[in-house]
Amino acid sequence: MNNYALIPEWVSISTLAMLALAILLALFRLMKGPTLPDRIVALDLIAALCMCFAIAYAISSSEVRYLDIAAIVALVAFIGTVAYATYLKKKYL
Amino acid sequence: MILISAFMLGGGLFSLLAAVGVIRFPDVYTRMHAATKAPAFGILLLQTAAALYFASLYAIAISLMVVVFIFLTAPVASHSISRVAHLLNIPKWSGMVMDEMDDDLDIADPQKDAKT
Repeated sequence: MNNYALIPEWVSISTLAMLALAILLALFRLMKGPTLPDRIVALDLIAALCMCFAIAYAISSSEVRYLDIAAIVALVAFIGTVAYATYLKKKYL
Repeated sequence: MILISAFMLGGGLFSLLAAVGVIRFPDVYTRMHAATKAPAFGILLLQTAAALYFASLYAIAISLMVVVFIFLTAPVASHSISRVAHLLNIPKWSGMVMDEMDDDLDIADPQKDAKT
C-alpha cells in the first residue's frame, strides 16, 4: 500500500525543526512587537508557518489528508488578517 | 527523491528566513516585506514537494489550489495592513528614502479634511 518514494529521515526532521524554530521567532515578535500592526504581521506569518508545518508533516508521515489543513488555514488566515485591518481602521480613524 | 528532499529543505529554509527577517528588520513596513513574500515562496516549494511525493490527482489539485490562493491573497492582506499602519502614523525607519503615499494622503484618507 505504502509505495511512496522514501525520503531520508534527516530531511523531514530538519525541515520540521526549521519550521518550529521559525514559529518560535515569530512568537517572540508577537510578544515584543512595539505596535499593533507588528503583532498582526506576526500572526499572519504564524498562520503561513502553520501551513508549512502541516505540509511538511503530511510528507514526513505519508498521509495525504493532512494537506487539507493547509487549505483550511489559508482560507481562515486571509479572512482574519483583513478583519484585523478593518477593525483597526474602524476603531482608530 | 533528491528533488523532493531539496524542495522540502528549501521551503523550510525560506520560512526560517522569513522569521529571521521579521525579528531583524527595523519597522513595520520592512517586516511586512519579509513576512509576506518569503513564506509564500516557501509554501510554493513545500506544496511542489507534496505534489511530487504523493503524485495523485487529489494531492496535485489541492496543492495547485492552495498555491494559487496564497499568491492571490498574500498581497491583498499585506496591503490592507500596511495601509492601516500608514494611516495610524506608525513611526518609520530613520533610513527611509521616500514615501510616495504621504503626497496622496488626502486621497487615501477622505475624512482627513473633515477632522482638521
